[in-house]
Amino acid sequence: MDMKRNYYEDVQLFSSGVVVFWFSVLIVALGVYPFVVKNYYVYMANYMAINIIVAIGLNLLVGYTGQISLGHAGFFAIGAYGTVILMAKVHLPFLVALPLASLVAALFGFLLGLPALRLEGPYLSIATLGFGLTITQVIGRISLFGGRQGLHTPELTIGPWHLTTDRDFYFLLITITVLLTITARNIVKTKVGRAFIAIRDADIAAETMGVNLLYYKTLAFAVSAFYTGIAGGLYAFVLRFIEPEMFSLLMSIIFLAMVVVGGLGSILGSIAGACLLSWLDLELRNILSIPYLGEWLEALSKSYFSITGVSNIQFIIYGLIMVMIMLFEPLGIYGFWIRTKIYWKTWPF
Amino acid sequence: MIDFLQMIASGIAVGSSYALMGLAMVIIYKTSEVVNFAQGEMALLSVFLTYMGLEYYHIPYYIAFPGALAFAVFLGCFLEFAVLRRAKEPNVLGMIIITIGLEMILLGFVSWKFGADPKTMPFPVSPYDSVMIGEVFVSALEVLTFVVALTVMVILFLFLRYSKLGVAMKATQQNYTAARLMGIKTNRILMITWGISSLVGCVAGLLIAPVTMQPYMMWDPMLKGFAAAVMGGMTSLPGSVFGAYIIGIIENLFGGYVSIEFKSVVAFMIIVLVLCFKPSGLFARHYVKKV
Repeated sequence: MDMKRNYYEDVQLFSSGVVVFWFSVLIVALGVYPFVVKNYYVYMANYMAINIIVAIGLNLLVGYTGQISLGHAGFFAIGAYGTVILMAKVHLPFLVALPLASLVAALFGFLLGLPALRLEGPYLSIATLGFGLTITQVIGRISLFGGRQGLHTPELTIGPWHLTTDRDFYFLLITITVLLTITARNIVKTKVGRAFIAIRDADIAAETMGVNLLYYKTLAFAVSAFYTGIAGGLYAFVLRFIEPEMFSLLMSIIFLAMVVVGGLGSILGSIAGACLLSWLDLELRNILSIPYLGEWLEALSKSYFSITGVSNIQFIIYGLIMVMIMLFEPLGIYGFWIRTKIYWKTWPF
Repeated sequence: MIDFLQMIASGIAVGSSYALMGLAMVIIYKTSEVVNFAQGEMALLSVFLTYMGLEYYHIPYYIAFPGALAFAVFLGCFLEFAVLRRAKEPNVLGMIIITIGLEMILLGFVSWKFGADPKTMPFPVSPYDSVMIGEVFVSALEVLTFVVALTVMVILFLFLRYSKLGVAMKATQQNYTAARLMGIKTNRILMITWGISSLVGCVAGLLIAPVTMQPYMMWDPMLKGFAAAVMGGMTSLPGSVFGAYIIGIIENLFGGYVSIEFKSVVAFMIIVLVLCFKPSGLFARHYVKKV
C-alpha cells in the first residue's frame, strides 16, 4: 500500500521497479512514436506537449497554491514574443533565448504575485484577467513586436542540428516536456510544494506555522509564469507565426479548463486534461468528417440552425465538458482515475 | 471645456450599461458567492432571440421586449436550477469554472445559430438621433440607457428594501442557515436571484444591441461591469454603480486626452491600482478572516 516509512520514500522519483519499467517503456514509446505515425499526428503531439507544459505550470499555481489566474495567455505571449524577438533582433541562439524570455515571463509573474498577496477570489481573478488583456493590447501596439501583422519565427538551429520538420522539433519538445514534468514533480514533493499546499489550505495558518507568504506566493506565480513562458516560446515555433490576437482571454480560459478538467492539484491530471482538450481542439475542427455523427450534425445544423455549417461547435463541447466534470467529478480525470484504481484494487470485494 | 463635458456625457452613458452588468453580477455574488462569468452570454441569448422575433417573425416591439425580459428571467432560473444547484462540494474556483463553461455553451450556441457577422438590431430609438443638453450632444439611445439604468437601480433599491421577497433575499445573503431556520426557502430564493440578475443583464444587453450586435458584443460590457463590481467591493450595489460610472468616465477621458488605443485596458489598470490599496474594493465592509 501507500505507506511511507521515511522521508526519502516520500520524495523519491520511482517508488518501485515496476514504475521504473513503465517509465522506460513510456520514454521508448515517445521516442519511437514519430517514426510510426503520420506527420499530422506528430504535429498533434507537439501541440499536446505545449499544452501539457502550460497545464502543469498553471496547476502549480491554481491547484497547489490555490491562486486563480485568468491571465496566463499574457505569460504565454511574453514567452512567445520574447523568444522570437531575442532570436530575430538580438541574434541569440534558441537555447539561450528561450530561458531568457521565460525568465522575463517569470519576472512579470513575480510582479503580478505582489498584488496577489492581498487579493483572493474574484478580486484576484479580475486582476490577472486585466493583466492578460493588457499584455495583448500592449504587444499589439508596439512596432518592435510586429504590431497587428504579427511576426514570423526565424530558422531554428541548435548547434549542428537544423530543425525544419515537425518531427525534428518533436524530439526537442518532448525532451523539454519530460524534464519540466520531473521538475514540477520534484517541486511539489519537497519543501516548496508543501509550502504551496499549506498556503492553499489555509494561508493564515500557514503563515503562523512559519511559511513566508511573500516569498512562496510570488514564487508560485513566478514558477507558473516560467513554465508558461517556456511553452509560449516553443508554441511560436510550432505555428511558425505569431500575432497578438491569438493570446486572447479565451486562451487563458482554455488553459484553466485543462487544469480543472484534468484535476486540480495533480500533475498526472494536468497531463490528461491537456491531452484531452488539445485533442478535442484539433479534432473538433473537422467534426463533420466523422462518420454518422458528422452527417447527423450537418443535417441538424441545416434544418434548425444556420446553413453555413458548424463553425463554433467546439465551444459548446468544451463548455459541456467543463460543466459536466465540475458537476459529476469535481476532481476531474484524476479523481476518476483514483476511484477506478481503488475499485479494482479491492475487486471483487 | 465643451470637449470635456462631451466626454463626461458619453462616459456616463457607457457607464450606465456597465452599471447594469455590474449590478447583475453583484446580485448573484452577494447571495451565492458565485462569480457569474456567464452573465453576458445569458443576456446575449435573450437579445438574439429578440432579434429573431423582430426580424424573422415581425413581432411588434411591445410584445418582443417584455417577452425577452420574461425569457431572461426563465433562463436565469433554469440555469440555477439545472446546473448550479447540482454542483457537489462547491468551491469558488469550481463555480467559476461552471459559469465559464455555461458561457462557452451559450456563446457557441448563439454563434452557431446566428453566425459571427454583425447585425443591426431593429430598435424604436435610434443611436444616431442626437439630443442637445446645454451645449453637449448626446444620442437619444444614450439618454434612454441612462434613464433606464436609473429606473432599474431605483426599482432594485425599493425591491430589496421594502418587498417581502427582497427582505428574504437579504436574509439569505446575511446568513444562509439562519434564514433557512426562519422558514425562508433559500433554494427558491437563490433561483429567483438568478432570474432577477439575468433580467438586469438582459436590459443591459437590449440597450447595447442597437450600437453593436455580434456574438462577442457582451464580453467587453461584462468584463467592465465585473471590474466595476470588484472596484465597488463585489458585495455592494451602490459601490458597483459608482465604480461603473467612474470607469466609464475615466475611460472616455483617457481615450480623449491620452491615448485612444489603450482606452479599453485603462479600466483594468485602475482596478489593479485600486485593489493594491483597498484589497476588497472601495465599499466593502471590512471583515476579519478566521483560520
